[in-house]
Amino acid sequence: MQYIDEYRNKELANRLIEKISSLTSKEMFFMEVCGGHTWAIQKFGIPSLLPEKIKLLSGPGCPVCVTSKKFIDQAVAYSRLNDVIITTYGDLIRVPGSTSSLNEEKSNGADIRIVYSILEALQIAKDNPSKKIVFLGIGFETTAPGSAAGIINAAKEKVTNFFLFSSHKIMPPALAALIDEGVTINGYIAPGHVSTITGSHIYDDIPEKYGVGCVVSGFEPVDILQSIYMLVKQVYDNKFKVEIQYKRVVKPEGNVKAQKIMNEVFSFRDDWWRGFGILKNSGLGVNERYHDFDAERMIPVDVEETIEEKGCICGEILKGLKTPGQCKLFATVCTSATPVGACMVSHEGACNAYYRFNK
Amino acid sequence: MGNNILLGHGSGGKLSHKLIKELFFTYFDNPILKLQTDSALLTLERSTIAFTTDSYVVDPLFFSGGNIGKLAVCGTINDIAVSGAIPQYISASFIIEEGFSLKELERIVSSMAHEAKKAGVLIVTGDTKVVNKGQCDKLFINTSGIGILDDKYKSISTGETIQAGDKIIINGSIGDHGMSIMAARNFGNFKTEIKTDCASLNHMIKEILDTKCLVKFMRDATRGGIATILCELTESKNIGIEIDESTVAVNENVCGMCELLGFDPFYIANEGKIILIASAKDADRIVDVMRQNEFGRDSAIIGEVVNNHHGKAVLKTGIGGKRIIDMLADEQLPRIC
Repeated sequence: MQYIDEYRNKELANRLIEKISSLTSKEMFFMEVCGGHTWAIQKFGIPSLLPEKIKLLSGPGCPVCVTSKKFIDQAVAYSRLNDVIITTYGDLIRVPGSTSSLNEEKSNGADIRIVYSILEALQIAKDNPSKKIVFLGIGFETTAPGSAAGIINAAKEKVTNFFLFSSHKIMPPALAALIDEGVTINGYIAPGHVSTITGSHIYDDIPEKYGVGCVVSGFEPVDILQSIYMLVKQVYDNKFKVEIQYKRVVKPEGNVKAQKIMNEVFSFRDDWWRGFGILKNSGLGVNERYHDFDAERMIPVDVEETIEEKGCICGEILKGLKTPGQCKLFATVCTSATPVGACMVSHEGACNAYYRFNK
Repeated sequence: MGNNILLGHGSGGKLSHKLIKELFFTYFDNPILKLQTDSALLTLERSTIAFTTDSYVVDPLFFSGGNIGKLAVCGTINDIAVSGAIPQYISASFIIEEGFSLKELERIVSSMAHEAKKAGVLIVTGDTKVVNKGQCDKLFINTSGIGILDDKYKSISTGETIQAGDKIIINGSIGDHGMSIMAARNFGNFKTEIKTDCASLNHMIKEILDTKCLVKFMRDATRGGIATILCELTESKNIGIEIDESTVAVNENVCGMCELLGFDPFYIANEGKIILIASAKDADRIVDVMRQNEFGRDSAIIGEVVNNHHGKAVLKTGIGGKRIIDMLADEQLPRIC
């Protein structure tokens, strides 16, 4: 298939692996920040092809994984209101909250619908004028413009029963926090989709400030191998910089239109990340101008007290401090069928990918 | 007969009789059915029979290349045939929602009759229930079937003779059925028509068995796709399996839709694909025979049973990497069959 096969070419992959091996003399740690990369790396069996000295760590880039339990608890509380229809991307539905999950509420009769786009949710709102439609907005700069566009459309079309419950976050504060916490990384495989929107300039201060390279990577195996090669080369040359491997999509300045839409609807706020706690100005809340579409403001609801599970080390895994295999719950109590922590739920989660392809 | 199904069509009274005579008898026409006995009386030439049942709830009822009726007949025929048995008789039970279109029911029944005839099986008994509107989604069908089994094929369904070195064969591309259903649901507004692979494979299977080649295992790769079968096999038989991704065919439109939606074709349902395991010396000959059949044109050896990583199926990826194939934790797509 065109545009796929070229990037899954075995000969190209082999050539890159040889080049990587020829420059690898010491141990190197690279973090793939994005959950999509985590999944692709495991799906294509990339670790089995790399020299042993190169270690790939999974970072905090799976939106489901970093979302707080409190967010799930509040979504569960919304779903229990008779006049609410919850619309959400599929992954979120299985994430365990403190005492329930959306999946469980669905089986109890709550109206929870999986959508692939916020525009589907908006259509549900138009079709059900007597109901309040709550869209669960999760994800980074990748999905936030979509949510913003949904809100702008709702405002234009004067839809009054459509609300966004935002858990949208932005990436740079987490990348900085990782290094501040002393995680050893020799380079970031920087997120391709996030960078499509933001551009690569958001990483500019990382090489300068921390002496760590960033390569914005695509999601096919040859993309990822080439990105690893570029990072290995930076370590070898001892010259750290921001590079774009994913040039067919990512530009240094990003998608300016999408950035504008995002800025129109959202304002920055402090937000809670699993593994990090509260990071300053890392979340996106619906701003004053669009507050009629903000679920948190417009639909008051009582939320149960958050209970954190014991023994789960999702937080440390998200920071690359530990690997899934080091969690005592991994593949025993916590499996893809019975996930304890969020990292086991989403197929982009480090534990889930590791469990599916390596257990 | 009117345009729609009424509750009375399931009452057992006049309307029921009219429906049975005018629709089911017309299409499923055979002397055993027409006796209208409570049970069909069947005489079989062997003592070992293969017996199977399955219920069909697919949504939508019609999709490119098939419908719920064709699916119900093919599915049951294939379940019997992959056991090494020759399918003979099928039952068909209909649970119909009040108000369902009689015309659509006729289309479904007629394709069941067509499929049964093509496969050489008789639909000999059945039942019709009509439920109030809203109590079922248009139409559900249950089919059961029996086939006669030559004792020498008894180990095909259990796979007890599988050993390291055996080859794993499939009769064509994967994922077509599941993705045809998604396309028919107009999922994500895709403008693509993917045809289901739904087909009765009993003739092809008979042609394979007639070669006297040693077939050690067969199973049809329906819900959960080929990944699920491979996982079930490795776990239950404690064998290792290695699959070469580059030998597994995926049609381009199926591949494209899977890429867009984040699905893995290894887990997508098929309705006309079997996984067959045979000894290495017979494998090429079996593939040749399968390729002669219209439902096996793209048959290929996709992997083998190995003497390591017992209990696990390992995929050699297109770029040469290795990873495990695991069973799906949750369903990828609901109500595909």
